[in-house]
Amino acid sequence: MNGILRLTFRYLAYNRLKTVILILCVSLALLLPVLLQFGVAQFEQDLLARARATPLVAGAKGSRFDLALQSMYFSRAELEPTTMQAVETIQETGYALPIPLSLRFTAQGAPIVGTTLDYFDFRKLVVAEGTGLRRLGDCVIGADIAQKQQLKPGDRLMSDPLNVFDLSGNYPLKMRVVGILGKAGSPDDNAVFVDLKTEWIISGIGHGHQTVDSETSKDLLLKRDGQRVVANAAVPQFNEVTDENLASFHFHGQAETFPISSILLVPSNEKSEVLLLGIYDAKNATLQLIRPTEIVKELLQMVFRVKQLFDMNTLLVSVSVGLLLALIFLLSLRLRKRERQTMFQLGCSRSTIWKLQLSEIIFILGTSLIIVLGMAAVFRVYAYQMMRFLFIE
Amino acid sequence: MIQMQQLRFGYPQSQFRLNIPDLIIKEAEKVAVIGPSGCGKTTLLNLISGILIPDQGTLNSCGINLKTLNDSQRRAYRISRIGFVFQEFELIDYLNVHENILLPYFINGILHLDQCVQDRARELAASMQIDQYFQARIDQISQGERQRVAICRALLPQPQILLADEPTGNLDPANKRLIRDLLIEHTARTKATLIMVTHDDRLLDQFERTIDIERFHEVVETA
Repeated sequence: MNGILRLTFRYLAYNRLKTVILILCVSLALLLPVLLQFGVAQFEQDLLARARATPLVAGAKGSRFDLALQSMYFSRAELEPTTMQAVETIQETGYALPIPLSLRFTAQGAPIVGTTLDYFDFRKLVVAEGTGLRRLGDCVIGADIAQKQQLKPGDRLMSDPLNVFDLSGNYPLKMRVVGILGKAGSPDDNAVFVDLKTEWIISGIGHGHQTVDSETSKDLLLKRDGQRVVANAAVPQFNEVTDENLASFHFHGQAETFPISSILLVPSNEKSEVLLLGIYDAKNATLQLIRPTEIVKELLQMVFRVKQLFDMNTLLVSVSVGLLLALIFLLSLRLRKRERQTMFQLGCSRSTIWKLQLSEIIFILGTSLIIVLGMAAVFRVYAYQMMRFLFIE
Repeated sequence: MIQMQQLRFGYPQSQFRLNIPDLIIKEAEKVAVIGPSGCGKTTLLNLISGILIPDQGTLNSCGINLKTLNDSQRRAYRISRIGFVFQEFELIDYLNVHENILLPYFINGILHLDQCVQDRARELAASMQIDQYFQARIDQISQGERQRVAICRALLPQPQILLADEPTGNLDPANKRLIRDLLIEHTARTKATLIMVTHDDRLLDQFERTIDIERFHEVVETA
């Protein structure tokens, strides 16, 4: 081994506590800005990619950020619902393909996305295992949720109750998993997709129960008026759609009044997009139409402002760490003065004396850099999940 | 081996002056340098080793006029031809005994560490009876053993001149004589010149010559 390297390693090993503390200090000082830079870049890239793939979003007037983030990322937000009437209105204009989304429930913590089959074509989602949605009560799940919950086609997945203490509210629905989507590298990987009607059944708008007729026990009836009977709440409802009870499921009310959370719009062309924006730009419009890219850019502006504060803080911390390190190295130089004097007297070359001191600094900086790069590499792999957790969920 | 003529040396802004009209130390000679503190004993060693440069006069060592050498050449001269033994041993605490002995080979590229050197280091350590501590840390051995490690370090590059600056100053009487005898024995074996500074008159009997540096010492009045 080279003499300088041997002396350096021996010195660092002999003073191992000091070495470890210095390496940790430098690593931490470098790590924060590097991770922040990676994280923000990843965040920007992911957000913009999803936003660019989502031309327009319509929803009830309110928070534009909530509307954009829920429609793209299925994040939890208390959006004012709109109705299927809005979907039909947009459909009638012929300017865009409306894809309704209803996002109110979860299953095992994953968002249940009530939508139409157009969504899968729009997002280019393919079923990797099993089939697509075939009937009421079916669900197709994303690759991540399938892996996390160890689900495969044929398994059952129960929706989560909104409030376990609300006995008169919606009841969980046991859904049949019919397909697993291929990995998309997007929020779709962690979502449970159902038909809109299934989502309405979960919400209690539709339900299925045993046949109620004149033969039905009077304990289950609220009123009997000749051949017309009215069931009471004691009539047991089905919590799972099966081939046998499928026909009994029905909805109360007009379909156009049923709620949805938002609508993804796929305009026919740029002109149609502009026309649509014009239609919904009116003050008396009940819907708002947003361009997700604009919302995401606004969101990123806020993130960058926060990042600037972090950058300033990091700069100050780095300067103070740098000064402390300089102080430590100066003290180290002073402590090793006698050692240098001995080496000089023995005939140590001038360059060797400085190489010895510098190699200590280079080793500490180099090791810290390797640690930072290693951690940054790990962070890059999990950056998407971390940034999503921090900023979206 | 070492020849000084009309040599004058003084430290800047100091009353101390060393004035050596003529001094010759022969090859393989064993010389003790004595004199009171501050009279220039260590200065003489530093002049011979090329650490200090005379203000006037000539200083030839090993056939080299030291005044003609630049800094790099003086360091090369020192590492290859001079061995240093210090009163405080000046061993490196983060190196073990073996590595301390090899230190000159780590700090100047002029010396090449090979198997022959490694073998010689082991032989030297064995002759000084410290080979059992080869892998030990410096703080695990006694003062006398530390000085023997320092002597091994000084002798390993096979110097032509061994300079010992009060090497027995921190040792008990038994170790003082042991260290002196080891220095004389090893320099006799390698035909190296030994110049040892000492304050202890009881150690002088084994030296061929004693130089009282006091006679070369001057104190001048400064403005």
